[in-house]
Amino acid sequence: MSNAAPARRRSLRERIGFRERIRDRDTAVYGILILLALMFPLVSYNITEGTAWISHATRAGYWVLLAIGLNVVVGFAGLLDLGYAAFFAIGAYTYALLASPQLASSPANHAVHISFWILIFVSLMMAALFGAILGFPTLRLRGDYLAIVTLGFGEIVPQLFYNFDQWTGGINAVGLIDQPLLPAWVQGPWSGDPEFKIVSPFNFNTDPVAYYVLVCFLVAIAVVLVTNLYNSRLGRAWMAIREDEVAAAAMGINTVTTKLLAFGIGASFSGFAGAYYAADVALVSPDNFLFIVSITVLVMVVLGGMGNVSGVIIGALVMYYLIFILIPGLPEIVTGFASNVGLGSLNQSTGDWPGLGEETQRLNFIIYGGILVAVMLLRPQGLLPSRVREQELKHAAVQEEEAAIEMSHA
Amino acid sequence: MALLELEGVDAFYGRIQALRGVTIKVERGEVVALIGSNGAGKTTTLRTISGLMHPNSGTVTFDGQDITRTRPSRIVELGISQSPEGRRLFPRMSVLDNLFMGAYSRNDKPGITSDMARVFQLFPRLQERRTQIAGTLSGGEQQMLAMGRALMAKPKVLMLDEPSLGLAPILQETIFSIVREINAQGTTVMLVEQNANKALEVANRGYVLESGVIVQTGSGRELLASEEVQKAYLGM
Repeated sequence: MSNAAPARRRSLRERIGFRERIRDRDTAVYGILILLALMFPLVSYNITEGTAWISHATRAGYWVLLAIGLNVVVGFAGLLDLGYAAFFAIGAYTYALLASPQLASSPANHAVHISFWILIFVSLMMAALFGAILGFPTLRLRGDYLAIVTLGFGEIVPQLFYNFDQWTGGINAVGLIDQPLLPAWVQGPWSGDPEFKIVSPFNFNTDPVAYYVLVCFLVAIAVVLVTNLYNSRLGRAWMAIREDEVAAAAMGINTVTTKLLAFGIGASFSGFAGAYYAADVALVSPDNFLFIVSITVLVMVVLGGMGNVSGVIIGALVMYYLIFILIPGLPEIVTGFASNVGLGSLNQSTGDWPGLGEETQRLNFIIYGGILVAVMLLRPQGLLPSRVREQELKHAAVQEEEAAIEMSHA
Repeated sequence: MALLELEGVDAFYGRIQALRGVTIKVERGEVVALIGSNGAGKTTTLRTISGLMHPNSGTVTFDGQDITRTRPSRIVELGISQSPEGRRLFPRMSVLDNLFMGAYSRNDKPGITSDMARVFQLFPRLQERRTQIAGTLSGGEQQMLAMGRALMAKPKVLMLDEPSLGLAPILQETIFSIVREINAQGTTVMLVEQNANKALEVANRGYVLESGVIVQTGSGRELLASEEVQKAYLGM
């Protein structure tokens, strides 16, 4: 009995070393993500003989950026922001106005065309600035009250873009937005050329592969920045404020500036995403930044694992797949399945029955909601929870073992 | 000149006056106890000193500097830290991270490392539990962590709000002997307690607070012997 004890103690210590193990898990997740990101264009090109999937990936990319940014505000600092799409809109409009013919028909009477590579940082600054401007008067509010004010801000900003129509074109949207330019680029079969060749200079135009590479870089930069922030003194201060604001103040944290930084830095990533988005779709309208966008990003963050960067990325990708690929494609899948198993008659509409495909289409929000509820019931901590949540859950097991050891010694 | 001095402090919660003309002096190297029943204004006094609330009139002076309206983060930097009422740890951060938060106002890495060693020497239990999540510690360990965290700010004055609250008598004993040790190492301590007996045993001097007014003051021994204190707080 007494011989077995040291061995068991060691296993206990190993189990307490979760921090290291979970850091390993993060490395593994990022490794897999990088590998997938590299293989994805080739594999999908060969499977679909086209770039449809790659186009999807370029769009999933800005959702990932948005989720990473909102995670700073909600996951790290614990400030519930329901108007995050507003900053996305500000980033997108900053790029759209300064890189399109739009301002020629405005009171300024002069079109501005600035390079994407400069404007992406201008957009970032603008979003961060507005994050700070919103934060300044409102951060004295807490919890639910802050959420309501951010909700209001999220409603106001698209309205402003509607109503300042002599500048923004209002409901007519801003179109003909410039694409990024690069001095050189490689093209090949994926862009319709029979063989590899170097294009110089290169315009992104509608080449999804180029956008895919760009967004992968942006996400990588965002991940590096956010991970460093998380492990910094500022990151720890955010966590402390999330845990207990009064105690944080008593530790000497200036809570107002620290929360302001969370808002500003969180918003800056959506500025990044906004500029990229405007360049990719080349058309920016106030309708693209409604409440549903804020909520979708929030769902990505919560479902992925609030506070954990790799989890949030997975959450964004899973949600993108769910909302934009799986659910819209569901009627086709269901009708196909029905005729394969000999229930093809269900696909015909008769009387009140609209046909299986149409019925699925009508139920799509119920299906979406059902999936969300199911995921949150099965994994309340998110798909890939943060270290702390993991440790909290495992802690109970360690304590039990410890009690058992103490018993055997008594 | 006293290290920390409150002079005629009035403080309000909305329209309710919590402190009336409170005057307290804490000399360098002392342990000063502030005793009183629930709602007497003990915690309010500490909140006023640490800048979490500001008095309506009166002054707070620390080390010759007026800190009456100074913001809390600056006061921690100047050298006053506290283990707040109810401990208020960061429950989902590890023991180590909680201690690092205590040193948030400092930038001297070697100093932080040596203070960490000092905290672990005072509370060996915390070293054993350093990777554990603070919310999962026992009550006594949480109190130790709250004190250790406050010490990490390298304070000139350490303020402890009810350190013995809710602890078993044997643990209370441990906590008070550690308070003595911290004081012996050169930190001035301001101790707020309902457990008047224990607090006055440790303290050089004490103040008795009743409905926001200082009603009695004297050395720890004098107060322990005083009839009113015995009746009101020691149950004799």
